[in-house]
Amino acid sequence: MTARMPASPVRRGLSHRLAVNAVMTVVLALATAGVVALLVWILAYVAGQGLKYLGPVFLTQTPPGEPSQAGGGFANGIVGSVIIVGIATGLSVPAGIAAAIHLVEYRGRLARVCSFLTDVLIGLPSIVTGAFVYALWVAHFGFSGLAGAVALALIMLPLIIRATEEVLRLVPNELREASLALGVSRARTVMSIVLPTARSGIITGAMLAVARAMGETAPLLLTALGNDLFLEANPTRRMSTLSLQIFNNAITGFATAQARAWAGTLTLIIIVLVLSVGARLLSRRGIARSAR
Amino acid sequence: MPTPAPPSDTAAPARLDVVNLTASYHGRPAVADVDLAIEPRQVTALIGPSGSGKSTLLRCLNGLHLTVPGASVTGSVLLDDADIYAKDSNPVEIRQRVGMVFQRPTPFPTMSVRDNVLAGLHLGRRLGRGPHDDLAEQALTKAGLWPEVKDRLKAPGGSLSGGQQQRLCIARALAVDPEILLMDEPCSHLDPISTLTIEDLIREIKETYTVVIVTHNMQQAARVADTTAFLTMPAVGEPGRLVEVGPTERIFSTPRQQTTEDYISGKIG
Ligand SMILES: Nc1ncnc2c1ncn2[C@@H]1O[C@H](COP(=O)(O)OP(=O)(O)O)[C@@H](O)[C@H]1O
Ligand SMILES: [Mg+2]
Repeated sequence: MTARMPASPVRRGLSHRLAVNAVMTVVLALATAGVVALLVWILAYVAGQGLKYLGPVFLTQTPPGEPSQAGGGFANGIVGSVIIVGIATGLSVPAGIAAAIHLVEYRGRLARVCSFLTDVLIGLPSIVTGAFVYALWVAHFGFSGLAGAVALALIMLPLIIRATEEVLRLVPNELREASLALGVSRARTVMSIVLPTARSGIITGAMLAVARAMGETAPLLLTALGNDLFLEANPTRRMSTLSLQIFNNAITGFATAQARAWAGTLTLIIIVLVLSVGARLLSRRGIARSAR
Repeated sequence: MPTPAPPSDTAAPARLDVVNLTASYHGRPAVADVDLAIEPRQVTALIGPSGSGKSTLLRCLNGLHLTVPGASVTGSVLLDDADIYAKDSNPVEIRQRVGMVFQRPTPFPTMSVRDNVLAGLHLGRRLGRGPHDDLAEQALTKAGLWPEVKDRLKAPGGSLSGGQQQRLCIARALAVDPEILLMDEPCSHLDPISTLTIEDLIREIKETYTVVIVTHNMQQAARVADTTAFLTMPAVGEPGRLVEVGPTERIFSTPRQQTTEDYISGKIG
């Protein structure tokens, strides 16, 4: 019946809009499919290469003395990554959350300086952070896992500050006022109302920073240095990490070493993936608890 | 003034005297030169057009105004003769004595119904952790919410309906045992039935508390308030001022100021 009506300008406008809508839908779908395909390709390629060698031996042994030899694994790198990134997380997460609270909740006198420094740190190439820690620490006390952790913490810190700042600003001011109006102190309001409300966002932000630190290589070359000879769990000595071992093995040119590098790459991706999914699940639980 | 005997179960409600109060944001007064006596065991309504400083004045009565960045006050607010803006007064203690309910219901999203009710007691460290079901029940009963939520104490506070959430906030405010309850348009986001429920509640709690309510709705002021204060500003951008205050019936039947009459007869606002 609509077809019998004369085509008014309004109706022509409508069909035009419908056409534009259809075109845009197709364009956006294609763009999305392209991005997803690229990601799947990368993952599939790494998985295909990595699975050739990833196995119990790889996960439990250290690399062979001579890189051209086959066999061995990245056990020391996995342990080193966990320890170094663990220490870096322990250093940067509390400091980053505290700084974000200072910025958002107290608008303290240091807020401007802190905000500026955060911007500077975010823009700093990670090799510069490594060089900085090298000059200030490594040059005096030698290479160590701890120095690497400090460098990674400096890289994680601004990411955590920004992410936390953003979620704290999303917490409705009404909740803070409601708490203050109950005669709850400002500090308690932040600890017991604001932070729990922002919890899932803060966890997600921290996890992204952890994932970033897991993959960092350049600053570790100047700080933790690497140690392919044996499994070192003492962070005051030079240490290997997954990223360093991937780098060292990939550049040798030996097929045997490159097989190990691919397996290491896949391990790294799996660790980061597990952490991200874990964070998602944690934050989803947070949302479910706060859902209406 | 005759003082009625205080009921046995709670402390005597306090009175408030606003003396020559001006409240500003970033140096710009939002409400100026207010003198107002708020009597105990009465409902005092603040009415007036949007932007006349009703919320600002209300938030001055428990010191919440000063928690806003850039906010300042001059003059004083006497809570039982002690100036809450004196140098030695403790803002946390003032806010425990003068509770507040906001325009939009604000249950704490991470807390259950029961934890919401007890939040002020727990977080104010006046009560250890623990179920304290009796205290929660008392407060919820006062807010008329107990029968509806007694089986849902562990559900998230946000899972209740809007009207229930607002009564949850009233219960939460009453749980810390304040002497005065401030309410900023507590029904403006609620449906008519929930509104009537809350109005009944206000009439009940005024037996034991001093209540100050901001309302946009003149019928509501007429229904619940014993005393009504009318604020308005001479022009947009100028601070609001208190025009007239008196018994609600008189304000609505024979206002003494022309602006009051214009407002309540709908000519302005
Ligand atoms: N947080 C704030 N910052 C700056 N100005 C504000 C703030 N809150 C209110 N004001 C200003 O104060 C005046 C009075 O506002 P308000 O007290 O909310 O009035 P009402 O509750 O009567 O509508 C308005 O001009 C408003 O713009
Ligand atoms: Mg208002």
